[in-house]
Amino acid sequence: MMTSKEKVAAVEKFAGQVVEVEGRSLWQDARRRFFTNKAAVVSLIILAIIAALSIFGPLLSPWNYADIDWSALSDISTLGRPSIANGHYFGTDPLGRDIFVRTMQGGQISLMVGILGSFVAVVIGTLYGATSGYLGGKVDSVMMRFLEILNSFPFMFFVIILMTVFGRNILLIFVAIGAVSWLDMARIVRGQTLSLKNKEYIEAAYACGVSTPKIISRHIVPNVLGVVIVYATLLVPNMILLESFISFLGLGVQEPMTSWGALISEGAPNMDVAVWQLAWPLGFLVVTLFCFNFLGDGLRDALDPKDR
Amino acid sequence: MFRFIVKRLLEAIPTLWALVTLSFFLMRFSPGSPFTSERGIPPAVLANLQAKYHMNEPLMNQYFHYLWDLLHGNLGYSFRFSDYTINQLIAQSFPISAEIGFWSFLVAISLGVLCGVFAALRQNSLLDYGVMTFANIGMVLPNFVIAPLCILFFSIKHHWLPAGGWNGGAWQYLIMPVIAMSTSYIAQIARITRGSMIETMHSNFIRTARAKGLPKARIIIRHALRPAMLPVVSYLGPAFVGIVTGSVVVDQFFGTGGIGQNFVNGALNRDYSLVMGVTILIGTLTILFNAIVDILYVFIDPKIRL
Amino acid sequence: MKKTKTLIASAILAASFGAMQVYAANVPAGVQLAKDQVLVKGGEGEPQTIDPQKVSGTPGSLRDRDLFEGLYSEGKDGVLVPGVAESYTVNKDHTVYTFKLRHDAKWSDGSPVTAEDFVFGFQRLVDPKTASTYSYYAALAGIKNAQNIIDGKDKVSSLGVKALDAHTFQVTLDHSVPYFVKMTVNASLFPAPKKVVEKWGDAWTKPEHIVSNGAYKLKSWVVNQKMVFVRNHDYWNDKKTVINKVIVLPIIDPSVEYNRYMAGDLDMTSNQGIPTNRYHELLKTVPNQVKVTPALAVYYYDFNNQKPPFNDVRVRKALSYAIDRNIITKYVTGTGEIPAYSFTPPDVAGFKAKEPQYEKWTQAERNKKAQELLKAAGFDKSHPLNFTLLYNTNENHKKIAIAISAMWKKTLGVNVTLDNQEWKTFLNTRQLGNYQVARDGWFGDYNEASTFLSLLDSNSSQNNAKYKNPAFDKLMDETAKVNNPAPYYQKAEDLAIDQDMAVAPIYQYVTKRLLKPYVGGYMPNLEDNIYTRDMYIIKH
Repeated sequence: MMTSKEKVAAVEKFAGQVVEVEGRSLWQDARRRFFTNKAAVVSLIILAIIAALSIFGPLLSPWNYADIDWSALSDISTLGRPSIANGHYFGTDPLGRDIFVRTMQGGQISLMVGILGSFVAVVIGTLYGATSGYLGGKVDSVMMRFLEILNSFPFMFFVIILMTVFGRNILLIFVAIGAVSWLDMARIVRGQTLSLKNKEYIEAAYACGVSTPKIISRHIVPNVLGVVIVYATLLVPNMILLESFISFLGLGVQEPMTSWGALISEGAPNMDVAVWQLAWPLGFLVVTLFCFNFLGDGLRDALDPKDR
Repeated sequence: MFRFIVKRLLEAIPTLWALVTLSFFLMRFSPGSPFTSERGIPPAVLANLQAKYHMNEPLMNQYFHYLWDLLHGNLGYSFRFSDYTINQLIAQSFPISAEIGFWSFLVAISLGVLCGVFAALRQNSLLDYGVMTFANIGMVLPNFVIAPLCILFFSIKHHWLPAGGWNGGAWQYLIMPVIAMSTSYIAQIARITRGSMIETMHSNFIRTARAKGLPKARIIIRHALRPAMLPVVSYLGPAFVGIVTGSVVVDQFFGTGGIGQNFVNGALNRDYSLVMGVTILIGTLTILFNAIVDILYVFIDPKIRL
Repeated sequence: MKKTKTLIASAILAASFGAMQVYAANVPAGVQLAKDQVLVKGGEGEPQTIDPQKVSGTPGSLRDRDLFEGLYSEGKDGVLVPGVAESYTVNKDHTVYTFKLRHDAKWSDGSPVTAEDFVFGFQRLVDPKTASTYSYYAALAGIKNAQNIIDGKDKVSSLGVKALDAHTFQVTLDHSVPYFVKMTVNASLFPAPKKVVEKWGDAWTKPEHIVSNGAYKLKSWVVNQKMVFVRNHDYWNDKKTVINKVIVLPIIDPSVEYNRYMAGDLDMTSNQGIPTNRYHELLKTVPNQVKVTPALAVYYYDFNNQKPPFNDVRVRKALSYAIDRNIITKYVTGTGEIPAYSFTPPDVAGFKAKEPQYEKWTQAERNKKAQELLKAAGFDKSHPLNFTLLYNTNENHKKIAIAISAMWKKTLGVNVTLDNQEWKTFLNTRQLGNYQVARDGWFGDYNEASTFLSLLDSNSSQNNAKYKNPAFDKLMDETAKVNNPAPYYQKAEDLAIDQDMAVAPIYQYVTKRLLKPYVGGYMPNLEDNIYTRDMYIIKH
C-alpha cells in the first residue's frame, strides 16, 4: 500500500524536478502561490512594519534609548506608567528609560539575531543533516557523533573564551548563536532523509547517475523543507532569548543598548508592579513570532513540491 | 538490532573521550579559575590550594590524572562545594531533575501531540488558530516568566501550592516546576506535529486511502500518525535529554536542588570537575537517546536501514 | 604553673571582661511561644563549605554561627558576648590574650570542648594542608608565626597558640592587636573536633559525620535545596535555647526569596532579601516586617590609578565629585542605602571618619568643581574624556553603572562605554588591572577600620585600584604598632580619599531583611552576626 502511493509521489516529484530544470517557472509558481496566501502576506506586511518601526520608531519619540528620565526615577510604578503626556508611550524601565524607544532599538538586534540565527540553522543544519542521512554508514556515524559532542559540550565556556580572545563584538553573538542553533535542525533533517532516501525517485535518480551533491540539493532538501521551515520558526524565539543569555556572559549587546530578550528578562520580575516593562517587548515578540509562523506556513505551502 | 547496539556502544567510547578532552582543555583556557575570588587570595594560600587539587602540575598531567580517575568512575571533588564529590552531587541532584523531567516529558508529549494532531486535522479552523495561538505564546513565554507567574498566582495570591522546595517530590511541589518546564516543549511539539501531520495528510497514500473510503479515524491512527511522528521523534531525542537534565531557571525559582543549575553555575564558578561531571552525564544521555531515536526510526519506517 | 604566674601578672594591667551578660533567647514575660519552634531562614546561597576553618563567605559563616561557637559571639549592636570563653585577660601591649573556657561547653557527641580543640582549630586554619582561603585571617589577626606557616616556612606547631590547661587557651600575637577578641567572632577562629576531622578528612562536615559545639547540629543537607539543623542538647546553654529546628534555604536571588517569604515558606530572609522593586510597596503594606539596618560594607568604584588618565588625581576627583550619591541611594538602589563619601563606613567601631571636604558641599558645588578639575586635566568638549566602565553582570550593578555614566555624561560630557563581564572573568580582569574604572565592594571581615583601609595598602592583594602611596603604607604600618590607631586611620582616610581619591566611595550597604512578626529575638548588628539561639517563635 505504501509503495503505490510512494510511486505516485515519486513520479510527481520527478516531474517537478524536470520542470525546475527547464526554467524558473517553479519559483515563479511558488511566488504566485505565496501571494495568494492571505495570512502569509499580512504577516509579511506586519513584519515589515515591525522592522521599519525598529529602525525609524526611535525618531517618533522625544527620548533616546539611553536617556534617563530623572523626573520619573523617584517612583517608576506611577510616574513611569505609559502616558502620552510625558512622551513615554510605553512607559519606562526601572531606571526611567523609555520602553518604546528601547523596544524599537531592541527590535533591531533581536530581529537580526532571530532571522540570521535561523538562517544559519537552516542552511548548515539542512545540508549537514541531509548529507549525513543520505550518505549513511560510517560517514553518518562520524557526523552524528560529532553532533552529539557539540550537543553536550559546555557551550558557556565557548562563549567566555570567544569573548576573552576577541573582546566584545556584536558580530560574535552570531558566531555563538550560529554554533549551537543548527544542531537539532541537523538531527531532524537527517531523520527525514533516512526515510526519504529509500523512496523510489531517489533510487531512480541514483540509478540515472545523478551526482550525490545534486541528489541532496535537488531531491532531498526540497522534500524536507516543510519540516525545516516549521522548525526554523520555532528557533526564532529561542535565538532571541539565547542572545540575552550570551549578553549576560558579557559577549554581545552592551548596555545602554538592549534587545527584546534583555527587556523581557528585566521586565519579568516587575510583572506585577510595572507590567508594561514586560508586556511591550513580550507583545512584540509574540506578534513577530505569529508572523513568522504564518510566513513559514505560507512558504512551505508555496514551495512544497507535492502540494500542487 | 543487536549489532546496532554493540556498534553504538563501541562508538560511544571515542565520542565521550573526545567530549571530555575538548571540554577539559576549553575550560582550562577560559579566564579565571575556581580560586579566583573577590578577596584576592595571597600567593602562598593560592599555592596551597592548587597543590590540594593537583592544579600546580603541568596541564597534561592533570588531564591524564582526570582520565585515570574517570576510568575508575571517580569524578573528583567539587571546587565550589568543597565538602562534596561530584559523584555525590550528581547522585543528589540528578534524580530530582529526572523526576521533574519525566513528568514534564509526559505532559509535553501527550499534550503536544494531541494539540498538534487536532490542529492539523482542522487546519485553518478556530480550533487550529486557538491551539496555535497557545503554542506561539507558550514558545515566547520564557520559563523565567512562567515560573514567577505561577508562583504569583498559585502561591502568593491563593496559597494553593508551596512557592518552592522539594519535599521528596510530593505532587504539590511538582506542579509548578512541571508547568514551567513543559510549556515551551508542549508548544514546540504541537507545532512540529501539526506541520508534519498536515504534510502527511496531503500525501498521496492518504489520498489513496481516503479514495478507498476508509473511515477517517482509521486513516489517521493507522496510516497518518506513524509517518507524521518522524520529525517529532527526531526532535524528542535531544529534547528529552534537555528536559531530564533540568533547567537553571526552574531550579533557582523553585529551589528544588535539581541538576540544571549545576551546569550554568558550575561554569560561572569555574567548578571544572562539576561542569565536567554534568557534561559527561549529558553526553552519555545524548548518545543513549539518539540511539533510541534511531531505533524508533525503524519502527516508524521499516524501510530505514541503520 | 609558671605560665599562670605571668598570666596573673599581666592580668593586673589587663582589662578583664566578666560574664556579665549571657545571651540566649530572652523571651520577654507575657510572650506566648508557638508550639512549633521551627525557623525557616534564607541562607544567602549555598556555602562553599561549612568547615569553619575553610569558610570563606557569608553563606558558610551564617550556618556556622548556628552549628559552632567560638570564643566570643556578638549580640545586639555588635556587643561582644562570651561564647565558649567565659572571660579573657590581655597583657598591656595587647599581644598575649588568655581565654578562660567554660567547663560545661560540650561537643554534640558529649565530649567537652577544651583548649586543645581551639589549638587544633587555629593550627588547622594556617596549615597549608588545609588550604583554607581564609588562612590569611590568622595573619591578619597577628597570631605569631601564622604567615610563616602559611608560606610553608615553619611548622604548624610553631603557631602562637597554647592550651595552658584543658580550659585555658592562650594566643600570642606578633604585634599589638587591640581588637583581637572581636576577631574571634569569625568562624575561622572556631574550635574544631580533632578526632572527627582526623577520622573523616574532608568528609567530616557531612551530616552523618559532623560533630559541632553550637546550639544546633546538622541533620541533613541537600545542595541547592536546603539544610536542616536540629537542637544540640549537649550545648551548654541548651536550656535557654527555644527554637528546635532551623531550615536554611540557599536562595540567592532576592526576588525568589521575596516569593517564598510572601507565600509563607520563609520566616526570615537573608540580609539582601528585599528586591528593590518591592521595597516601597512593602513599606506601605508590612512596614513592621521590613528590617533595614546599616551594614559593615561599602560599594565603590575603582579607578585604575596606574593608567592614564586615571593616574591624574584631578580626573579621579572630577569623576567622584560628579556622582550624585543621593540619587543613587534614593532612586537607583532605593532600599535605604547610605551615601558614602569616605571609604570606611562611619558605623565601624572605634573610629568615626571625619566628613571629607567634598561631603560638605552641595551637589551643585561638587559638579562645578568637577567640571573645573576635568578642564584643568585637559579634557573638554572638543577633547572629551572617553573610557570604559567595567562591572560584573548583575541587575543592581548594571543600574548603578548606567545611572552614574549618565551623570558623568550630563555633568562632564564624558563618554562612558559600559562593559559587563560574568563574575570570574570580571575578577580576573580587575585583578590584572586591565580596566579603566571598575565596580568594587567590600564587606568588612571584622568590626574595625583596618579591614577597609588595609585594602588600599600597595601590598594588599585586594588593592584593585592599584593605589600606591608610600605615605599611606607607612600610616598603615604605624596603626599596627599603637594602642589607639584611630588618629592614624583618620590620616589614612584623608590621604586616600580627600587628597588622592584613590577610589570613589558610592554607598554604604544595608542589611535589608524581611522578618515575620512572629519571630522574636532578632538583634541586628553591623556584620549581620545573627544567631538562631537568640531567637524564638511567638504564637501566631
